[in-house]
Amino acid sequence: MSDAYTSQELMIAVAAREIRDRELVFVGMRLPIVAYAVARNTHAPNARGLFEVGLMRDHAASSYLGTMGDPPNVAGALWATRMSNVMALMAQGGVDLGFIGGAEVDRYGNLNTSYVGPPERPRVKLPGSGGGADIAILSRRWVTLMTHERRRLVERVSFITSPGHGDGSPDWRRRHGLLGGGPAAIITTLCVFRFPSGGGEAYVDTVHPGSTLAEVREMTGWDVSVGADVGETPPPTAAELREIRQRSTVGSQ
Amino acid sequence: MHKNRLSKVMTMAEAIDRFVADGATVALGTSLEPLIPFAAGHELIRQRRQDLELVGPISDSLFDELIGAGCVRRITAAWVGNVSEGLGHCYRRAAEQGIPRSIEIHDHTNFSISMALWAAAWNVPFLPARTLLGSDILRTNPNVREVDGLVHISAVRPDVTILHVQRCDAQGRAHAWGPLGISEEAGLAAERVIISCEELVDPAVTLSDPNRILLPETKVVAVVHEPGGAHPSPVQGFWKRDHALDNAYAAESRTREGYEAWLKRWVLDVPDRKTYMTMVEVDSILITGNRPSEPVNFADE
Repeated sequence: MSDAYTSQELMIAVAAREIRDRELVFVGMRLPIVAYAVARNTHAPNARGLFEVGLMRDHAASSYLGTMGDPPNVAGALWATRMSNVMALMAQGGVDLGFIGGAEVDRYGNLNTSYVGPPERPRVKLPGSGGGADIAILSRRWVTLMTHERRRLVERVSFITSPGHGDGSPDWRRRHGLLGGGPAAIITTLCVFRFPSGGGEAYVDTVHPGSTLAEVREMTGWDVSVGADVGETPPPTAAELREIRQRSTVGSQ
Repeated sequence: MHKNRLSKVMTMAEAIDRFVADGATVALGTSLEPLIPFAAGHELIRQRRQDLELVGPISDSLFDELIGAGCVRRITAAWVGNVSEGLGHCYRRAAEQGIPRSIEIHDHTNFSISMALWAAAWNVPFLPARTLLGSDILRTNPNVREVDGLVHISAVRPDVTILHVQRCDAQGRAHAWGPLGISEEAGLAAERVIISCEELVDPAVTLSDPNRILLPETKVVAVVHEPGGAHPSPVQGFWKRDHALDNAYAAESRTREGYEAWLKRWVLDVPDRKTYMTMVEVDSILITGNRPSEPVNFADE
């Protein structure tokens, strides 16, 4: 196995490290499905995955998944049920970590998956929330993965589908009655952003190997804040890469 | 036995003709990615239904197909697109340019559309929930509003809910397994339910396991024996998802002309599901394994 890896593989490894052992993780589709498998088979053997279609699992599916409802994800499940039961767990604070995709994210971690431009006549109609807003509001913390482009990392999203830290003012989420803690990280193709406790603005925590802070600034739509001690994102380990490459979901995006 | 007085068995063409009117509110694709009643959707298109309101969570590409065919007046859903690719190209053309017609959009989340259907099922005007707080969906959907730190989600009552299941008897006792999404609340909330099924079975089979019966038979008005009726979506124990066909739809629907060619080939020029299934490469998606659950004992003495 070569030491070379793609930026997508690095993102999956970083996402997997967000999952702690024994956590209940609201998984979602595409890269996070692989991230769950990597975490489960490396550092988090007791992590459980929850899927809004109505499934709970304690191990990754044995073959390729095009969707979370594909037959390999059902066979061997811990629980096959209705969606509202899964949402009940999340509404009780029982989901430790969620993954959410998005087309746009802003400096306060708000996600747009609904409309670019005015909703009554959008420039781009995006597919919508799915379960994204539910996860953003109710899970204890969440992470989003995104290609690092200026048109995706924007000063303010034009539509908040899934709220992060709102307008960035202190304790915005608590003041607005949102139960969960909000975004913990934005994992991009160039770097990892994190947020101060209590909310506010994303800051650059680590920059991926081969990328620079200058490049991050250039490709971000706001004047980025930088952590006190910016490090380099640790590259995928051999064990992580092995797990990632066993799963052909990568590249389906 | 299927022709007795109580039988609700009929063709898909008859079920759609009799039970789905122009302007109807129709819930479908309620198990999210699996068990999507594509055969029913294609029959809605062939019969040129107009002004429908579609209700669902994430129904893969089915809603996009119906929007492209001009059947839809309003979308009440959490997500419309194409799971393989993301964007729904017909949805985009309708929302952005009014092609082939403009549509009204009532945005929901997966949780909120479930609550809207439970509200209708329980015959209350709304249910409160802790989702949607801080989301701009509160600004654009008139049927959700914040009241004292909770969000009141107005009831959504389908005229008809259409479900595809693994097996059903002629009286409408449907057995479904695997994740159920929002199928139960969609069925209970609806005025009436159309079931399409892989296998039409004897009541002795369904009644052997009443816990597995999805909905009360009193809601079911039509049972359509339609093997492959959910293709290209998966059916646990019967069909894998046809990724290749779904990817092809995503690519072909990118332009209006491409979509129209797709529509002609896969829907308009196809008389029924039986013919459609002869056009599909079934060998790679047929599930042939056997993984039965253990039977339970319903004995009473």
